[in-house]
Amino acid sequence: MTGGYGAANTLHDCSIGVEKGEIAVIVGPNGAGKSTAMKAIFGMLPLRHGRVIFNNQEITLLKPEERVLRGMGFVPQNHNVFTSMTVEENLEIGAFIRTDPIADSLAQVYDLFPILKNKRKQPAGELSGGQRQQVAVGRALMTHPKVLMLDEPTAGVSPIVMDELFDRIIEIARLDVAILMVEQNAKQALEIADRGYVLVQGNNRFTDSGEALLANPEVRKAFLGG
Amino acid sequence: MIDILNALTLLGNFLIIPGLTYGSQLALGALGVTLVYGVLRFSNFAHGETMAFGAMITILATWGLQSMGVSIKPLPTALIAIPVGIAVTVLLILVIDKFVYRYHRERKASPVTFLIISIGVMFFLGGLIRFIIGPGDQIFFDGTRFILKAREFREMTGLSEGLSLKMTQTVTIVTALIIVIAMFWFLNHTRTGKSMRAYSDNEDLALLSGIDPNRVVMVTWIIVAALATVGGTLYGLDKSFKPFVYMQLLLPIFASAIVGGVGNPLGAIAGGYVIAFSELILTFAYKKVVLYLGPDNLELDSLVQLLGTNYKIAVSFIILVIVLIIKPTGLFSGKTI
Repeated sequence: MTGGYGAANTLHDCSIGVEKGEIAVIVGPNGAGKSTAMKAIFGMLPLRHGRVIFNNQEITLLKPEERVLRGMGFVPQNHNVFTSMTVEENLEIGAFIRTDPIADSLAQVYDLFPILKNKRKQPAGELSGGQRQQVAVGRALMTHPKVLMLDEPTAGVSPIVMDELFDRIIEIARLDVAILMVEQNAKQALEIADRGYVLVQGNNRFTDSGEALLANPEVRKAFLGG
Repeated sequence: MIDILNALTLLGNFLIIPGLTYGSQLALGALGVTLVYGVLRFSNFAHGETMAFGAMITILATWGLQSMGVSIKPLPTALIAIPVGIAVTVLLILVIDKFVYRYHRERKASPVTFLIISIGVMFFLGGLIRFIIGPGDQIFFDGTRFILKAREFREMTGLSEGLSLKMTQTVTIVTALIIVIAMFWFLNHTRTGKSMRAYSDNEDLALLSGIDPNRVVMVTWIIVAALATVGGTLYGLDKSFKPFVYMQLLLPIFASAIVGGVGNPLGAIAGGYVIAFSELILTFAYKKVVLYLGPDNLELDSLVQLLGTNYKIAVSFIILVIVLIIKPTGLFSGKTI
């Protein structure tokens, strides 16, 4: 993929992929184009070159809504819940494009995030940062996506909450969902990653399994603080 | 004791019932303004004229029904003409949206651009209304004028003060109540209503959830046109229909929406009553009330009025300014303008 805002490209022939049941993590310094790459994959940024393939079909020209219909889910980094609506309404809106009953999906999300069940009548804007992230992930799960994209799901939450969120993400992956996420907490994220991508200035600098990247001295030195 | 009852009757007759009526009219208007602000994200200055247009079509339909001899006495005929008014107004607003607003929406024009456009629409509608029905006063009320006459009340209770209840006041309050309940039920319990709230809350996330913005915009305009028609007709029934008056209504309506927290439907309704009662309480002449409640030999030279009725319009303006300075998000924490 190549693309960007304005005249210059933020992404240069960058390549990212994830398979069913896997967790892929994109790490890299600030301004490396991590979020831009996510937006490009989800169709929120037109590509200048390159393609997006989903389920063996090219979807490069589809709008984000159409990608949702195909089975992609996206949790943006900011403003990812409807703050004035209750938790349950957030989840209902997540399932908006579905025409079949949603009770089983609601139950599934509440199983995954039990705290949300207790708070289901509360406006999402009144929840703590970690709980909001759970609502945001839950909203995206309501369409039963085949691939779930998370843009910094642990931004601004405490380390304990972060560990719990990562546990939940592993559980989601076990449901045969492909997970692609951007993370600031590179070390912890790579620990749970099947694949890791280190982006620098819009280029793939390193691509390997999470384990191998953690073991790679160059990656450790430059991006993981030794 | 009798004095206290007389004083309360006086206040009920000249303050509470008129306040509830005027407040209901403002609430319906403010609800329309706040919906446009919440979903389409601009201040719709054409809303007053939209109310006038809806009322005008209802009046024309009422005259048609009257000439055919249709009557639902004791209720005013206009009530069964309202659906015609709503249908035509919805059509007009959707046409205006298609040819005026949509172009700028697709180009993501700034809210100020939309505001200026809505002023253009306001003048266009104003001209259209004067062209069709003229600038004069139209009285289209029929049916029974009073549900309870002051004289009957006096005879019934033996008090020296009378309490009267006009048909238009009752119709206004009851209709507003029904519409407000229906509106909240729609916003909180239907799929379309929830999608409107979601779109208003977070446009980008609504798109990611597969909500069709064009549909949300269309539904919003339909509701706004219906609210404007009902509000405009009720106001016209209660006072009289004069196109000029609807433009003047714009200030108290905007004040109501902002006081309540613009973008928040509940706030718009509360704001309507706050503005209505503030205007009345500050400009009411309390002389007779004070005479009833004060010592027997009290003599008063003044009317005991805080502000002359000429300053009525200034009251909503002052409240508006105070709210914008102290709590710009309004009583119910809407969006900031």
